[in-house]
Amino acid sequence: MDTSTQNITTQPVPPPADAEQKRAARGATRPGDRIFLGLSRGSGIFLLVIMAAIAVFLTLRAANAISKDEGNFLTTFDWNPTANPPVFGIAVLAFGTVVSSIIAMAIAVPVSVGIALFITHYAPRKLGGPIAYVIDLLAAVPSIVYGLWGALFLVPHMDGLYGWLDDYLGWTGIFEWQGGAARSLFTVGILLAVMILPIITNVSREVFRQVPQMHEEAALALGATRWEVIRMAVLPFGRSGIISASMLGLGRALGETMAVAMVLSPSFDITASLLDPGGGTFAQNIASKFNEATEIGRDALIASGLVLFVITLLVNGAARLIIARRKEFSGANA
Amino acid sequence: MSNATLSGKRPSSLRGATLPKWFPWAVAAGSIALGLGISAAAGLDSSIQWALIAALLFVLGSYGIAARVEGPRQAKDRVATSLVWVAFILAVAPLASLIYETIKRGVKVLDGYFLSHSMGIIADSEPGGGIYHAILGTLEQVGLATLISVPIGVLTAIYLVEYGRGKLAKAVTFFVDVMTGIPSIVAGLFILSLWIITLGMGYSGFAGSMALTILMLPVVVRSTEEMLKLVPNELREASLALGVPKWRTILKVVLPTAIGGITTGVMLAVARIAGETAPVLLLVWVTPLINSNPFKDPQASLPVYIYLQYANSGGQGPGYDRAWAAALVLIAFIMILNLAARGIARWKAPKTGR
Repeated sequence: MDTSTQNITTQPVPPPADAEQKRAARGATRPGDRIFLGLSRGSGIFLLVIMAAIAVFLTLRAANAISKDEGNFLTTFDWNPTANPPVFGIAVLAFGTVVSSIIAMAIAVPVSVGIALFITHYAPRKLGGPIAYVIDLLAAVPSIVYGLWGALFLVPHMDGLYGWLDDYLGWTGIFEWQGGAARSLFTVGILLAVMILPIITNVSREVFRQVPQMHEEAALALGATRWEVIRMAVLPFGRSGIISASMLGLGRALGETMAVAMVLSPSFDITASLLDPGGGTFAQNIASKFNEATEIGRDALIASGLVLFVITLLVNGAARLIIARRKEFSGANA
Repeated sequence: MSNATLSGKRPSSLRGATLPKWFPWAVAAGSIALGLGISAAAGLDSSIQWALIAALLFVLGSYGIAARVEGPRQAKDRVATSLVWVAFILAVAPLASLIYETIKRGVKVLDGYFLSHSMGIIADSEPGGGIYHAILGTLEQVGLATLISVPIGVLTAIYLVEYGRGKLAKAVTFFVDVMTGIPSIVAGLFILSLWIITLGMGYSGFAGSMALTILMLPVVVRSTEEMLKLVPNELREASLALGVPKWRTILKVVLPTAIGGITTGVMLAVARIAGETAPVLLLVWVTPLINSNPFKDPQASLPVYIYLQYANSGGQGPGYDRAWAAALVLIAFIMILNLAARGIARWKAPKTGR
């Protein structure tokens, strides 16, 4: 055997084939294999190049904008890159992004874990499958449709809840409501919660399904109630899965653009009350300011996009590391 | 039921008292009635409020009664059960409302005329017009993105599964994961700074497809990888043992075995990018006219059309109806893709030994 068959020597070597087959094999093996390996490795490298290019180009434009910024890019409460001198900062955007994502997570994580438990442990067998299927489908509804629904259905229907929160929790200052349209960070948080529910549910469901049957049966045999089984066997097993599912949801909430842009009425100051219109998020600001942006304006928006990129990279990287630690579960199908 | 009556008559020493099976339903009905009553008495008119009151009453009620009859552990179990049910209903309500509203408001102007005409001579405030230009734009942009990302994605997956060892493969795997999480607006900004600002190209459908490619690639890689991993090793070994070169083994044995799953993955990825708005808005710009050339001049697309009709109509009038109708068309398109993809997955599932 010569070098042409090297790559199959690790496999059980067949008895020498007849001359014609051997010739065919030799003729096809070397260049074909080399080209194919080159192509597929090239695609992999191309992917890495894209990631690097994203970082490089965003940084270049962002550096250009930040060098012209007369305000402090991190702490200025204003977005006026077209002024002379240009003044803009991401303080309000960072605040809005973080607050709306926290609200979304606070609502979506417990509810999604609840639905995942419902599908795997509570629902009748015949119902569980179809429900999981429907929630899978809902993960595919585009964000523009959520935005439309949020702006034209959710916002008008929030008034009652807002009035209520104002009556009973208004004294905290956080839930004070002046009576304007409900286009606030709080409504955005609720809408984001609805949007990330399906993804968190799907990933948690996969984890709960992998809890070893033996653990649950052992707990049941000791006389545990269903809740005790979940608390002692299911949740400890699924903890890291829930965390990484939440991080994936968080990544999506942080970068959500159109739905936020359609629901929020933005402004460049921070109000103490979550119920008053105002504030903004990174992605929303880019989408709504892009129309009127000049060159420096575009660069400024790209700079804020870079910040968003870094934040989502960190969140997603953390989620993936947690998943990787438990190799048997892959979030790939999310 | 029989349990309850039995234990009522003669308490078993092994089993504590149990509430009958209809107990949760009774509490649920009771708390809904009470919630409605309280809202009516207090003059609250929002459905969210009475639902919240009813949910609270339900949880507290079942805990109180169960704690008295069955003991604290069972009561906690009942609370957990009711919380899980409440979570489920809480989540399903908005999602069901989303679908319901879209269908209800979307069918108003949706007809053959709407699907086959553009907005060329119609102002946003006038009735009439349609989404033909937007459908055309979306199909072309998504089609181009698919054409670019499927070969690259599938080849990358082949590299990872069939060849990948060592640091490069690990790096690719990690960055594919990270790429999945890139916000669509960031992908748009990247193409903007590369293609439009640095290279000085104009807005076009192709610029949009490049951003969509970035969003689609990781999904294609991931799903193809999962499918290739499902192909049994025996098939590869049998083929290699017959002296077939590795690349022919991959092309003729591995890929055909997994083709159903790969198709499913691609269709799901297409469904995901078809609804992307932000990068298209940034890169393709907008036009009310039909432009069938994706390489030159702005194009329309369905998601951006929805956004513009919404933004320019202020929530009422003909633009508002068109926004809902276009949303219905978009959802229908994506759902059909999804269902077809899952159908193919079931029909052509790889025949593994599992």
